[in-house]
Amino acid sequence: MEIMNGGKALMKALEKEGVKEVFGLPGGANLPMYDELFKSDIRHILVRHEQSAAHMADGFGRVSRKPGVCFATSGPGATNLLTGIATAQADSAPMVAVTGQVPVNMIGRDAFQESDIIGMSNPSVKYAFQPRTVEEIPEVVKKGFYVAETGRPGPVLLDIPKDVQQNEAKVTFPDEVRMPGYHPWTDVDMVNIERSIDLLLSTEKPIILAGGGTIISSAFAELQSVAEMLMIPVVTTFKGKGSFPENHPLSLGPIGMHGHAEANKIMTEVDCVLAIGTRFSDRSVGTFEEFERNLKIIHMDVDPAEIGKNQTTQVAVVGDVKASLRVMLKLLAKKVLKKSDGNKWLEHVNEVKDYWRENLKLHPGEMSAAKILRKLREVLPKESIVTTEVGQHQMWASLFFDAIHPGTFFSSTGLGTMGWGFPAAIGAKVARPDVPVLDIAGDGSFNMTENSLATSVLEDIPVIVFLINNFSLGMVAQWQRTFYEKRMIGIDLKNCPDYVKLAESYGAQGIRAQSLDELGKAVKAGLNSDVATVIDIPIDPEEDVLPFVAPGTSLKDMILPS
Amino acid sequence: MWAILSIRVENKPGILFKVTHLFRARNFNIDSISVGVMENPEFSKMTITTVGTEKQIAQIVKQLDKMIDTIEVKRLDEKESVYKELVLFKIKSNGESDNTEINKLADTYGAKIHNGQEGSLIAELTSTPDKIKEFEESVKPFGILDSARTGVTAL
Repeated sequence: MEIMNGGKALMKALEKEGVKEVFGLPGGANLPMYDELFKSDIRHILVRHEQSAAHMADGFGRVSRKPGVCFATSGPGATNLLTGIATAQADSAPMVAVTGQVPVNMIGRDAFQESDIIGMSNPSVKYAFQPRTVEEIPEVVKKGFYVAETGRPGPVLLDIPKDVQQNEAKVTFPDEVRMPGYHPWTDVDMVNIERSIDLLLSTEKPIILAGGGTIISSAFAELQSVAEMLMIPVVTTFKGKGSFPENHPLSLGPIGMHGHAEANKIMTEVDCVLAIGTRFSDRSVGTFEEFERNLKIIHMDVDPAEIGKNQTTQVAVVGDVKASLRVMLKLLAKKVLKKSDGNKWLEHVNEVKDYWRENLKLHPGEMSAAKILRKLREVLPKESIVTTEVGQHQMWASLFFDAIHPGTFFSSTGLGTMGWGFPAAIGAKVARPDVPVLDIAGDGSFNMTENSLATSVLEDIPVIVFLINNFSLGMVAQWQRTFYEKRMIGIDLKNCPDYVKLAESYGAQGIRAQSLDELGKAVKAGLNSDVATVIDIPIDPEEDVLPFVAPGTSLKDMILPS
Repeated sequence: MWAILSIRVENKPGILFKVTHLFRARNFNIDSISVGVMENPEFSKMTITTVGTEKQIAQIVKQLDKMIDTIEVKRLDEKESVYKELVLFKIKSNGESDNTEINKLADTYGAKIHNGQEGSLIAELTSTPDKIKEFEESVKPFGILDSARTGVTAL
C-alpha cells in the first residue's frame, strides 16, 4: 500500500497493463493526470483534435489486439472523443478512453466544460467507470482493460473527476478483479461443432463466410485449414477482408453492397454457410429475409447476442472462433472428406470466379480505381498494414486491392466514420513500427482529420496517405447520380486544398501522381521517407463503384457495370 | 406476445438508466417496470413487462444478459410464476348506494376500499394485469377520477 495522488495511481495502473503510449490532448480537467504523465515513462503522442486520438487508439488496438489508450479533457474534449469511441464499438476494437471530469462536488451543476459523458457515451461503450475516490482508480483501470480486451472487444471509458486525480490516498493495485455480471469466456461447444460438421458435409453447395471476428480472434491459420480440408470456397464480409488470403485459390473476396461480382453471384447459389465471427450486417447480406431464404446457416460467434439477431440460424456455436475452429479441425481429421477432384460445386465456383475476373467491365481510363489500386498492390510490400477512410475509395479498395497477409487490412466498416483511416494508420504504425503503414484515402475523408499530419511529422510516425482524389464526396455523388436523377448537391470539393502544398506545410512529403508510373515511384518514395507522405492521385470524378447492391435490395439484385 | 423479465442487477446508481436505455436503443418497448432492493442489498431486482415477437423477446433477453451490470436475466413463465401488480383507483361516488355497489365489486375482486375525499373512494387492488383490467372495467361506469399502478412484479 502506497500513498499517492489519483493521477499517479492512474499512470502506475496503466504501466501495469503494459501501456507504453497514450494519444491525447490536455485541458483544464485532466491537467493533474498530465502532470503525472510527465513524470511517468509513458510516451504522450499529441493530437490536434481528440477524435483523432480515439482513432489512433483504435488503430493501435486493432493491430496490437491490446487496448489503445486515449486521453481527453472534460466537456468538449470528451464529446470530441465520442465519434471515435462509437467507431471502436461498432467494429469491436479494444480501447480505453480516459477523460477528465469536473470535480465531484461540481458534477451536475453545469460547471464550465462539464458534460455528462457517462450518459452520452452509454450506448457506444462496452462499459464506463467514473471513480469517485482515489482508492478506486487501480481497480477500475484493471477492470477497464479486462473488459476492453476480452470476449468481444470494445471501448471502455474511464471518466475521472479532477479532484480524484489530485487527491492523495493509500492505494493498492489488485492482481485480479471480480465482475459478477461479465462472462467473456465460454466452453467450446463440442455438440454444436459436431452438428456443424454434419450439416456442412450433408449439403451440396457450402461456403465459408469469414467476418471480422476471425481477425479479432486471430483465427487465420484455422480458417485456412478448415477451408482447405473441406475444399469449401471462402467469401468474407468487408470487415473480414484480410482474414483469408485473397490470392488463395478458394478465395472469392468480400460479399455485400460493393462485394466482388463472383462472391455475390455464388452467394445467391449456396445452400449452407459457415459464418464465422460476423453480425450479418445489412451492408454484407442485403435484406435479411432474402439472404436467409433457402439457406442453412451455421453461426460461430463469441457474442451470444449476435445469434439470431439478424439471421435465423440452424446451428449456433457460441465461443471464441479460433478455439471453435481448432476443435472443428480435430474432429474433421477423423472424417472422410470431399476432395477437390470431382467436386462439382467447386468446379462451378471456379468457373464463375474465372468468368467475372476476366469479364467484369472496368473504367477505361489509365488512372481508373482498379488500375491504381492494382498498381499499389504491386509496389506495396505484402506485410504492410493498410487502413482506409470511408467512401468510394474504400469500396474500390475492397474490390481491387487484395489483402494477402493475415490481418493487414483495417477499415471503419460498422460506423463508417470518415476521417478514421489516417489517424488509425498512425496508431497502427505505433503498434507495428517495423512494417509500412498506408491509408487508402479519399479527399472528403482525409479533410476531416488531415491535421493529424502534425502528429505524424512531429512525433516521427511516418505513414503514407494514398489519396484517391475525385474532388468530391464521391459516394454521395454516386448515389445522387443513381437514385436522385443527377440532382447534385453538397458534393463538390473542388481542388481545395492543394494536398501537395498542404503536406508540405506540415513538413510532410507531398507528391502528385498523374500516371501509373509516377504512382509507383511515389509509393516507393513514401516507403523510403522518414516523414509522412501524401500522394495526391487525381482521378475521374464520374467513376462509380461497381458492382453495387442498392440499399434495401438483395445480393441477387446486384447492379453490374454496363 | 407479452413477456415478464426478471433481472437481477448490481445495486449501483445508473443501472436503471442503462437498462431502460437499452430498450430504447434496441427499439423495444417497456410496458411496465418495477424495481426494488433484494434481500441481499448488493443486488436489485427489476421486473419488466414487454411486448414483442418471440424473436424480439429472445433478442432483448440476450442483450440484457450481455450487459455487464446484469447478474441474471430470466424470462418468467406465466403459468409457473406469481406475478402481481398493485393499483389504486380513485372512484367517483354519489352517495351511499354507490358506496355499497363499489364495496361489493371490491369484495368480488379482493380489493380494499379506503375512504378518500368527499365524493370519492380509493380502491386498492393487488392482482394480475388481467384481473385488474376486469376490475377497472367494472368500476368505470362510476367514473375513475385518477389512478396509479406499480407495474408488475414477479417471482
